[in-house]
Amino acid sequence: MEVRVANVRKEFERFPALHDVSLDIKSGELIALLGPSGSGKTTLLRLIAGLERPTRGKIFFGDEDASQKSIQERNVGFVFQHYALFRHMTVADNIGFGLKVRHGPTRPPAAEIRRRASELIDLVQLSGLEKRYPAQLSGGQRQRVALARAMAIEPKVLLLDEPFGALDAQVRRELRRWLREIHDRTGHTTVFVTHDQEEALELADRVVVMSQGRIEQVGTADDIYDTPNSPFVYGFIGESSSLPVKVENGEIWLADRPIGLQAPHASEGDATLYFRPHDVELLDGCSGCIAGTVVASRRVAGTRRVELEIGGERQRVEIELPVDHPAAQKSRVAFRPGRWKLFPPA
Amino acid sequence: MADPEIKSYEPFHESHSAAVTESRPARAVLMAIVFVFLVVFLLLPLIIVFKEALAKGVGTYLESLSDADTRSAIRLTLLVAAISVPLNIIFGISAAWAIAKFEFKGKAFLTTLIDLPFSVSPVISGLVYVLLFGAQGLLGAWLKTHGIVILFAVPGIVLATVFVTFPFVARELIPLMQEQGNGDEEAALSLGANGWQTFWYVTLPNVKWGLLYGVLLCNARAMGEFGAVSVVSGHIRGLTNTMPLHVEILYNEYNAVGAFAVASLLAGLALVTLVLKTLLEMRYGAELAATRGH
Repeated sequence: MEVRVANVRKEFERFPALHDVSLDIKSGELIALLGPSGSGKTTLLRLIAGLERPTRGKIFFGDEDASQKSIQERNVGFVFQHYALFRHMTVADNIGFGLKVRHGPTRPPAAEIRRRASELIDLVQLSGLEKRYPAQLSGGQRQRVALARAMAIEPKVLLLDEPFGALDAQVRRELRRWLREIHDRTGHTTVFVTHDQEEALELADRVVVMSQGRIEQVGTADDIYDTPNSPFVYGFIGESSSLPVKVENGEIWLADRPIGLQAPHASEGDATLYFRPHDVELLDGCSGCIAGTVVASRRVAGTRRVELEIGGERQRVEIELPVDHPAAQKSRVAFRPGRWKLFPPA
Repeated sequence: MADPEIKSYEPFHESHSAAVTESRPARAVLMAIVFVFLVVFLLLPLIIVFKEALAKGVGTYLESLSDADTRSAIRLTLLVAAISVPLNIIFGISAAWAIAKFEFKGKAFLTTLIDLPFSVSPVISGLVYVLLFGAQGLLGAWLKTHGIVILFAVPGIVLATVFVTFPFVARELIPLMQEQGNGDEEAALSLGANGWQTFWYVTLPNVKWGLLYGVLLCNARAMGEFGAVSVVSGHIRGLTNTMPLHVEILYNEYNAVGAFAVASLLAGLALVTLVLKTLLEMRYGAELAATRGH
């Protein structure tokens, strides 16, 4: 099922949580809404679910306008961060709940509900735990019950709100891989919210980066990581360094020196240069480069991160060096960013 | 898939460290004070109630209980409880639902208002109804022309009892529902349940022990209320006397055995309530813990 969010605005007590957000989700796609807290990602998810109504704008499921439909009519599977399992029901009863509350001919007979539940229990690999109560399960198991329960109603869209947020790191990684497998097998259109960029980039077909109630960028992990389209995305996804520079005659200048980067289409004047600390070319001599004095050096896993003080303005930037690179010990290092981007001055 | 983080769900026992434990004599003194206090002010009176009731033998005791006026007082008390407790359940659940599950203007005011019967003397609660429904009261004339009798009759007694008892259920449920939040209800709705199904299958089971606890306390108070009921009842023997009022009348008539016999029933009710309450707390302590915040 395709989902289209068209110019949606949401205000809570006059405070805008989303400004004019539009997003097209393809059928069968796995989409991550990624952003810091307060960016509006959970609000957007709840709007798609029907747990909130938009102040303005519309939400389409396929060609159908779902904006005014209640959550029951939308038939979405929603998985909550804190599971929201019914504590007085067994695992099987939790999963069967969505079928049990149906009315009239759409309600399957009890035996059929049991069969569906046990099928889903197999799918989420919890066989043997049918009779357990939520309090007798671990966090990871509870989240899998919650997912099975959401899938039991054969939803048009599966929506997950920070599904792994309350779990510890190892279980998170395992469940992440497992969710990808389930998605590939069942083909549900799936949207999940996360503030963990690793999770979003690893798991999703496309990532929607949000900040302050707006969508900053939508793209695949490669798009988002390699060509961030705003200083926010640069800063939020992965590591980034920035320097205030000047553009003159299509060339980038740092203070009074050109740094060997051409920007023929950039507007003249002050700008901020962004690049990835690991994506730099180290140079020996320096005619057209960025040069600085090493003021700090840290070992980070397989690389060494050095902090450089640049020029008279004493700007500090970080770059990454191979662990055994001689430059790490030198007091002066010269480099030029590989992939970079200019944005208006901060 | 192996799940490495299965936690044990052993209840957590708080241990007392040596540093904060009092010295032996200090402990003995504290415990003695509590013990003496309980015996003198609670246990002794309770024993005396039963002793006086049975002072002239079991025969007289049963005889005084089977007195027509006494039986009618018992019936009235049961009737009043049977009407006011269900009303309080409905009110309590509605109020708790409104306060815990959604935001609206005047919420803080409503919360305060619910506590009003706790802070107002029961006599005032009764007087309010006299001022409202009495012959010279606000609605007195209108009621009289329409032939509706509220004061000095069963409806007045029920109203006064409902007023006095209405915080009980609501106050048990509000903190419980607030703590549980809206998550379970949202989940039920997202699975297609309608409002009634959500309430019946999800909300109610989540609060059932708290609700039962509130009902128990509410019932004890409904049967035992004296002040408010005394003002509106009119003390008509065999008609508008509840058990507590009847105890007073019998006592004033120097019928000690009769008075204490009825009192022993009320005391018995209190004991049963206490036992049930303790059982509930033992069995569902964790669920009720949230409600004991007040």
